[in-house]
Amino acid sequence: MPVVMDADRIARALTRIAHEILEHNHGIAGVALVGVRSRGVPLARRIAATLGSVSGEEVPTGALDITLYRDDLMRAAVGPQPLVRKTEIPFSIDNRTIVLVDDVLYTGRTTRAALDALIDFGRPKAIQLVVLVDRGHRELPIKADYVGKNVPTSRKESVRVRLQEIDGVDEVTVEAVE
Amino acid sequence: MDAVAAAAALSQKNLLGIADLSPEEIVLILDTAEAMKEVGRRAIKKVPTLRGRTVVNLFFEPSTRTRTSFEIAEKRLSADTLNVAIGTSSVVKGETLVDTAMNIEAMSPSMIVLRHGSSGACHLLARICKAAIINAGDGMHEHPTQALLDAFTIRERKGRIGGLKVAIFGDLLHSRVLRSNLLLLTKLGAEVWVCGPATLIPPGLARLGVRVTTRVDEAVEGADVVMMLRIQLERMEGGYFPSLREYFTTFGMTEARLKRARPDVIIMHPGPINRGVEIASEVADGPFSVILDQVSNGVAVRMAVLYLLAGGAEDETVA
Repeated sequence: MPVVMDADRIARALTRIAHEILEHNHGIAGVALVGVRSRGVPLARRIAATLGSVSGEEVPTGALDITLYRDDLMRAAVGPQPLVRKTEIPFSIDNRTIVLVDDVLYTGRTTRAALDALIDFGRPKAIQLVVLVDRGHRELPIKADYVGKNVPTSRKESVRVRLQEIDGVDEVTVEAVE
Repeated sequence: MDAVAAAAALSQKNLLGIADLSPEEIVLILDTAEAMKEVGRRAIKKVPTLRGRTVVNLFFEPSTRTRTSFEIAEKRLSADTLNVAIGTSSVVKGETLVDTAMNIEAMSPSMIVLRHGSSGACHLLARICKAAIINAGDGMHEHPTQALLDAFTIRERKGRIGGLKVAIFGDLLHSRVLRSNLLLLTKLGAEVWVCGPATLIPPGLARLGVRVTTRVDEAVEGADVVMMLRIQLERMEGGYFPSLREYFTTFGMTEARLKRARPDVIIMHPGPINRGVEIASEVADGPFSVILDQVSNGVAVRMAVLYLLAGGAEDETVA
């Protein structure tokens, strides 16, 4: 179970990403963060905290649950429906630059669902994508704007992101799947 | 929130009654409904979840609230919906329930929402249909989605269900809403009191784990939730009480009677309400009333049920 990112490495990556967001958008005016549930939400909050302390302004932050937009819902072999959780976007996304935050970018299907879900809330000026780990194997034409770490993987492996807020520890591991 | 943790999934493909649900499954439906409620607050109140699924609303009894609520829930999940009302269907030509169902089934719907005057009609359909069956009220048996939306409303207002005193008043004999509510509320640990005229109390009611009384004051005393049932005027030919006026005088919920309840009591009613029969207008429209919240929450709860029952591939939804 090799650890590819430890707590320090995750913290440094998120700080760097926060600065890249500031640079890329010439400040944070009109920028809002939306984390994809589950682990994108604490990541978005951490980036928002860094953005807030650097710029002195609070960045609106929301949480997006993409379950109802998944493309595999009705295709999976008989199995339980994934748990639906609440989407909380307490601000208008119209004409804002929305920075979508997720933990792992893999096939791109979650991001596709997140884009559809987000667009149902309004018409953002632009959508940018942050991921902590890009593990490759894209199945859709989707690319992240900000990446914590590129981790080459095989499809037989699974990338686990654990975060303090949910799992009690900060680490990214690559695990073999049978 | 209650101590009961949500189940990972529903164990059955149909929703025939609260009797079949575990406390954990009930909590799963209520938790899912919270997420669904958020969809109803958006500018675009629609998600693509049930695209390509067909849901038939088969209503053999008149209904405004339940049918509309199911239809809105289905549309918000992007299902294709189809309403069959008896007045315009082949039932008036003498077709039986089974024949009607088999013909609808032949058009491969994913789900059938059934309201029928006979208790157990849903169970009959569940045995012969591949489609998932959702009970929208069967005779005097159960009305599970009503009990679920009532529970959702209580939990939203009180933060929990376990340990609350819930007092239910009215026609305890014919009410399917009562039956489903008793099953649900006792499963989640509420202290349930029921009250009505002796002629409308079925024997053995106390065996369901509830306190039975004919004295309104005793039931209202310290109640967190007061739930009024409709006096079903169409079922009152049996001379259960002398007159509607007398019923109101003895059992009607008035502001004066409510003074014995807790100061933060909520008043519920599944509708349609008979003003001046089971409930005074000042109470129905008063500050404690959550009657219209129940109606809004009904859509979210039905979305949750539709979503949770839609799992698995289309071809494999056979039981």
